[in-house]
Amino acid sequence: MQKIPVRLRVNGELHDLIVEPRRTLADALREECGLTGTHLGCEHGICGACTILLDGAPARGCLIFAVQAEGMDIRTVESLATGARAHPLQEAFVRHHALQCGYCTPGFLMLLVGGLERDPDLDAEGLRELVSSNLCRCTGYQNILAAAADYAAQLRAARGA
Amino acid sequence: MDETVTQYRIGETRLFGKPLERLEDFALVRGRGRFVGDLSLARQLHMRIVRSPFAHADLRAVDASAARAMEGVVAVWTAGDIADLPPIDFRDAAGEALRPYRQPLLAHGRVRYVGEPVAAVFAIDPAIAEDAAELVLIEADERETLLDATAAPGEFSAGHDTEALVMRADYGGIEQVLAAADVVIELDVQIGRHSGVPLEPRGAIGQYDAGRDVLCLWGAAKVPHRNRDALAKALGRDQAGIELHELHTGGGFGIRGELYPEDFLVLVAAMRLDRPVKWIEDRREHLMAANHSRQQRHRVRAGFSKDGELLGIDDDFFVDQGAYVRTHGARVPDMTIGMIPGPYRCPAFRAVCHFRLTNKTPAATYRAPGRFEGSFVRERVMDAAAARLGIDPVELRRRNLITAAEMPFARPMKTLGTNIIYDSGDYPRLLDAALARFGWRQAQADAAARRLAGEPVGLGLAIFVEKGGIGPRDCARVTIDPGGAVELVTGGASVGQGFETAMAQICAEPLGVDYRRVRVVHGQTERIAYGVGAHASRATVMTGSATNAAALAVRAKALRVAGQLLQARPEELDIVAGAVVRRAAPDLPVMGLGAIAAALAPDSATLGDERPGLSAEEWFTTEHMTYPYGLHLAQVAIEPDTGRVVVERFLIAYDVGRAVNPMLIEGQLVGGFAQGLGGSLFEEFRYDARGEPLSVTFADYLLPSASEVPAVEILLTQDAPSPLNPLGIKGAGEGGITAVGAALATAIDDALERPGLVTRLPVTPQMVLAWRRQTAS
Repeated sequence: MQKIPVRLRVNGELHDLIVEPRRTLADALREECGLTGTHLGCEHGICGACTILLDGAPARGCLIFAVQAEGMDIRTVESLATGARAHPLQEAFVRHHALQCGYCTPGFLMLLVGGLERDPDLDAEGLRELVSSNLCRCTGYQNILAAAADYAAQLRAARGA
Repeated sequence: MDETVTQYRIGETRLFGKPLERLEDFALVRGRGRFVGDLSLARQLHMRIVRSPFAHADLRAVDASAARAMEGVVAVWTAGDIADLPPIDFRDAAGEALRPYRQPLLAHGRVRYVGEPVAAVFAIDPAIAEDAAELVLIEADERETLLDATAAPGEFSAGHDTEALVMRADYGGIEQVLAAADVVIELDVQIGRHSGVPLEPRGAIGQYDAGRDVLCLWGAAKVPHRNRDALAKALGRDQAGIELHELHTGGGFGIRGELYPEDFLVLVAAMRLDRPVKWIEDRREHLMAANHSRQQRHRVRAGFSKDGELLGIDDDFFVDQGAYVRTHGARVPDMTIGMIPGPYRCPAFRAVCHFRLTNKTPAATYRAPGRFEGSFVRERVMDAAAARLGIDPVELRRRNLITAAEMPFARPMKTLGTNIIYDSGDYPRLLDAALARFGWRQAQADAAARRLAGEPVGLGLAIFVEKGGIGPRDCARVTIDPGGAVELVTGGASVGQGFETAMAQICAEPLGVDYRRVRVVHGQTERIAYGVGAHASRATVMTGSATNAAALAVRAKALRVAGQLLQARPEELDIVAGAVVRRAAPDLPVMGLGAIAAALAPDSATLGDERPGLSAEEWFTTEHMTYPYGLHLAQVAIEPDTGRVVVERFLIAYDVGRAVNPMLIEGQLVGGFAQGLGGSLFEEFRYDARGEPLSVTFADYLLPSASEVPAVEILLTQDAPSPLNPLGIKGAGEGGITAVGAALATAIDDALERPGLVTRLPVTPQMVLAWRRQTAS
């Protein structure tokens, strides 16, 4: 199949790729950009393991072609930590034991980072609804919700300060 | 044993029993884990499996010519290309009777389920492989499908019918017991077909390292050493000529890490095509090809005295194994039989299990195999008896619980080749504690009041015994380097359960070091001779006990050598914060463990008569399994309009003997519950009448989301340490799931005020609505 050039901006860095038009963004991020933190759990848009941020909004990386993402600001899990310093949500996940196998974790992190950037006032019910966008098979979600609430409270405190 | 070793007491705990943060998390939250899909090797080919679209058919021809002709395709194999390879064997010895039912790597002659591998395409790109796979034409004559394990058996192959095995257990003279019983309960109950469904799809990379003449499998999981042995045997290689490498594993649950046709194919192709071969399945493939589990139908009778004593259980049941018998042989029926009586005395028992093949995806173990099913059956029996006899269901159970005074309790039966001897436990005490924590009486009164007000709300309770720590032995090696860093090499495996953290805690405790200084090696077959992997709640008990022994031996050696250098008796010394101290002055480090390791270097002038290295490898041996035990208490409400069962409260009370890291255990229990909830209300592999699987996407096979899983309450107790290992631990991987179906069934009965209503899992909204219509009319 014929390949076409595409320029992606991922975590602030430009990637000039040549891909088949049918290449999904998730595959392009993983295989062409080498960013394997975005995981694939179902490739039909339900599990959310491939959740990334497109212009700030959480989106399924498996449901968009790489060529459609040209010109968008793409953020992946690799953008969260700064050197050895983890993102506060990553720290909350560790503190609350919000991951076991860790396969769904990048998707949940991006879902929550993006969700709380858009709506910082999400309450417990709102967070549960947001978290129910993605699937986790290990934790039973309890600790993911606790980590999310912890991070949301930090955001509120920072805003109030 | 060295005196200092016996003086050391686990009770002086610094790390053991603490809810410490996980070592695994640093990489995983950064997206820096390395799962098999993340690994790529130079010049690798990609494999795509062509799967049978027929549930049962005779193959006439498999035409791969168009696929072979496609640009980028390197090879397409059908059964004839690998005719020299045997079908997939059982990992443990299984009876001769099961051998005809093993699965070939690629179907030949006949296909027996939709999804069965028929051909394998190897191409330079995964998309090309997938395109080419669609060009492979399968011509076949369809046969009648068999989809009901309780129907009359059909033909599997010439001379073999679909009843692969009938397993029996019998003690206590059940016929006479039932004849003399005041009351005999008869039930017909079913457990639906569901499975582990880890979020990471299966994958494997085969690589032949010609320079070393070693065949490598990347992406191994669960039981790498035993799979190595099985692969070596099947492929005719020496054991050291195959290396299995575990990477990060995105969930196991019993199904991941079994040997499937694809694991063999990537290895064989890596050798024959002389390039690395990578295979990653998609979700649709996973749901029709990875192990299914659970589906059973039990026709059970149970005798009771009029005051509620369980006199005996007689269970005739059918296991729907699917199309082939895979690596586990008949383990699931074996464990089902062994654990049906559960926490009750049950003086007489008979089970007859019909282990039958059908035209569905093959089945095997899934978290709490046999116990999820058996607990549902047994607890349904107890509820039915309570209703019939007019005895409170909790009281009826209490009368039959094995008491602490009866421990260890031997049941005249075997499971997994070992005698069933419950090692320790105080079941009535845990029952009381769980009822108190739940506020059972008040919850009952509240539920009754809500029902009076027209709201269908109900409570359910189920009691179970789990099993863990199956032997016979495991080993571990602990080494401290001259920098003071600790390496723990195990043959264990990590499937996401926190293995590294738990082992590091166990290892660091006697060594007096920070657990973060322990590098835990697992799942690398070339690093240690043996390993039990991670399954059956076994890793913490077996590998943990071996780790404890090795760490104690290193501690003893460190103190002995330090004693010589410091001219002190070992018992005057201790290790604190990675350095030897005098017990008289514990805050003053005298000699770091790294310095002791340096003193023990092979070329050290101070080595003396010591064996070089601050290192020890030790084995742990046990003859019997551990038996943790627990209760599940549920409160549900039923939405009248939708039939949806809403779990309002769920309490898991579980005694694990001793907890290494209670945070990890609670995580296991809550996660197990969520899976149990799925199997009880949502998840089911359905088939149409022709054997076409209907649950091949996450839109059809419904995993619970955060909207369905309630906050779970945990009562973790340590009342009954196991006498079978020095740490007292019993294993904790499965108790969250075991009785979820049983407890929810009772709660649903209670909410609808119809005892015995639920006879099959999962309970779907359609079923609930139909029941409500019945009640109304």
